[in-house]
Amino acid sequence: MGGVIALVAVGLALAVPIAVLISFGISSGGSSSASGNQSAYLMRITWFTLMQAGLSTLLSVLIAIPLARALARRPHFAGREWLISLFALPLGLPPLVAALGLIEIWGRSGLANQGLALFGVQTPFSIYGLSGILLAHVFFNMPLATRLILPALQRLPGEYWKTAANLGLGGFTLFRLIEWPTMRRSVAGAAGLVFMLCATSFTLVLVLGGGPAATTLEVAIYQALRFDFDPNRVVLLSGIQIALTLAIMAGLKLISAPTDPGSTKGGGTMRPDVRGGWATLPDALLIGLGALFVAGPMAAVVFAGLAADLPRLLGDPLFWRATATSFGIGAAAALLAILIAGLMVRARHSAGDPPTRRSLAILSTFSGAAGSLTLLVPPVVLGAGWFLMLGGGAGQLAAPLAAIITVNALMALPFVMRVLEPAYQTAMARNGRLSLSLGITGFNRLRHIDLPAILMPLTTGFAFALALSLGDLGAIALFGSDRIITLPWLLYQKLGSYRTDDAAGLALLLGIATMGLILMADRLGNPSKEERR
Amino acid sequence: MRKTSLFSAALVAAFPFIVQPAIGADRELTIYTYDSFVAEWGPGPKIEAAFEANCECDLKWVGVADGVALLNRLKLEGEKAKAGIVLGLDTNLVAEAKATGLFDAHGLDTAAISVPGGFADDTFIPYDYGHFAVIYDSQSIETPPASLKDLVEGDADQKIVIQDPRTSTPGLGLLLWVKSVYGDEAAAAWEKLSGRVLTVTPGWSEAYGLFTSGEAPMVLSYTTSPAYHMVVEDTDRYRAAEFSEGHYLQIEVAGLLSNAPDKELAREFLAFMMTPGFQNEIPTNNWMWPAAATSTDLPEAFATLVNPEKTLLFSPEEVAGNRAAWIDEWLGAMSR
Repeated sequence: MGGVIALVAVGLALAVPIAVLISFGISSGGSSSASGNQSAYLMRITWFTLMQAGLSTLLSVLIAIPLARALARRPHFAGREWLISLFALPLGLPPLVAALGLIEIWGRSGLANQGLALFGVQTPFSIYGLSGILLAHVFFNMPLATRLILPALQRLPGEYWKTAANLGLGGFTLFRLIEWPTMRRSVAGAAGLVFMLCATSFTLVLVLGGGPAATTLEVAIYQALRFDFDPNRVVLLSGIQIALTLAIMAGLKLISAPTDPGSTKGGGTMRPDVRGGWATLPDALLIGLGALFVAGPMAAVVFAGLAADLPRLLGDPLFWRATATSFGIGAAAALLAILIAGLMVRARHSAGDPPTRRSLAILSTFSGAAGSLTLLVPPVVLGAGWFLMLGGGAGQLAAPLAAIITVNALMALPFVMRVLEPAYQTAMARNGRLSLSLGITGFNRLRHIDLPAILMPLTTGFAFALALSLGDLGAIALFGSDRIITLPWLLYQKLGSYRTDDAAGLALLLGIATMGLILMADRLGNPSKEERR
Repeated sequence: MRKTSLFSAALVAAFPFIVQPAIGADRELTIYTYDSFVAEWGPGPKIEAAFEANCECDLKWVGVADGVALLNRLKLEGEKAKAGIVLGLDTNLVAEAKATGLFDAHGLDTAAISVPGGFADDTFIPYDYGHFAVIYDSQSIETPPASLKDLVEGDADQKIVIQDPRTSTPGLGLLLWVKSVYGDEAAAAWEKLSGRVLTVTPGWSEAYGLFTSGEAPMVLSYTTSPAYHMVVEDTDRYRAAEFSEGHYLQIEVAGLLSNAPDKELAREFLAFMMTPGFQNEIPTNNWMWPAAATSTDLPEAFATLVNPEKTLLFSPEEVAGNRAAWIDEWLGAMSR
């Protein structure tokens, strides 16, 4: 039942703003006139959107898989938890901040080119264009994919490894028979998520794309709303974006399907393919390079921030107001996202696999799709729709706040679903029969058995959602959020009036706050507690 | 049930930090403007103090992202807009703003206003202006381009960052600049220039950020940009290149909404806008040229700025009628 409510809530939150926008478009008599030139343009940008998203996804996932394996093979090295927390950080940075960090490393006058200059390479390589877009997307999404794939590997039951060791399996056979079947669902989920994120990417594509040849549907949507103010065209373009992306994901089976984790005693990971000495070298190299790739631009953000007058920024009441507002919105959005995701995951699970009744099958499918759909509706469309619904934003506070929280929660939903679902399936499969035989049901079961088992994914999901919300400029901000000032809003305000140093300082503080939260969430859900039980 | 309690908890958490509107006098004026105008360091707060000193009223600002967002907000709100004045549109948006039918003639004497090219309108009053210019980093460029032709045909290794005319006003400014100099040859000029363009950013902030971080030695901005660096950062490293064909002009205007709750007060503010009380705050807070007399001298830095001999400007109607076609032309040329 809760699943139905959650689903209806998500459906309404998405559909109502769009419906309002459509009715507004009809009543204002706007007409979409797609001339021949326009439709050729549309074809071109649609192709570019899907092409860059496909390539970005492929690269991100292909790097994430070996990296996640290496991290799973080496569960105890100094700084491992820090590294995994760091991997959630790119999500929480406003794209522009991350882009500037990337440019400090890979740009024309970046570190990489300066290094080459030392070796006598005269002409700097330029990242602007498709290569820049791919680089930025891999930087944003490879760490995310790694984090999504890793838990599946860490949940592998000890018996598997014992059996594998007895059979003398190693290397690729191990991957094929044990790791891949376990990872498959997480990889598909991660790939689907990354594909959507890249297909709807806006700032990164425009800043690093080099010119209008790199135009995505999201840019066209933004332009149609901002400059042409043509709600009908906005809805049409959004429809194309949603339908195509979903079709491709369904075609590639990236909308995840459940698997059976089997019953197990859980616990220890005595992997037969883990040896010390020289054998650690490839793993160490891989992890080191991955860490460097993610940490480099972050370090650039830190250094740029240190040049700012931090004491003055910290002494500014406006900064604290923005921080409090950002955190309030972020925490509320994260809780809401977890609540909805939890209800939907439960509904999908109780629908059974394969679903026992037709209505349940439909519910299950829709929940799966809803966990994806929310990312494909451009925030600017949601923002405009909500703004219309609220009858403008002047003088109101609660309504725009609620709208921002809802939009942020919707944006975080796919992330939380992907973290929560596999873990929930595993926990249920392991504890379901046990609880039944002990007669533990309802709230007691939730409190004593299920909740501890999914505490880690819950906190991870919360951290993701919060980070995402903290870095979000807020769709509704485009039309004025009279007295709601968030950190990214303040940051853009500073950037928009020459105060680059202040903006860099704010980016650093935002980064520190996000990192702190993620670390805390990761510690709270520390799996070592699980192992002690 | 649980959801609502979460919501209210979040609202309560965020509430104490959100400034409550002042309980002021019984007369109220709300002004829609762009975000950087009302920032703490912008002219908004100082102008508010100056106006409230004599008006027995409460002035409220509502800031949105930029001039284009301002117009969009109006279109979305329509008759429901609770503001008296919209301040921050530019001449490229004036025709569209009038087409909404939401504005009234101001009915004021605008003799105090003086802008290059003498733009005058019965609905919108200019309050400041600035010319677009290529700003260059004097530490990496010794001989800046002396004309738009130089810029178009110059060394492709010396890059410039520009803004996208589809999403930003300065980007549209450069498009109109090239169009007014090259006319029918604009597409060919853009094709040549595209070799020098490092990247095309969605807005001014991204482009200027790339420029100051040393990614490109040139950026499209305003003739007044160097003044900020001279006055606030005490450096003359960043300079504007003077172009012999002339510079395209951006004039920022304000207008009176026909649904203004208190039209009398709104007109009072428009009149105040043309006096030193308002204009004094423009140069060093908004970094533009004042459109009327100030009572204080401009900072010395302003005397050193490029002051174009020739001003280029299309009428609002020309822009409104051709924008879509010109952007298509730009897209075609830049995508080749």
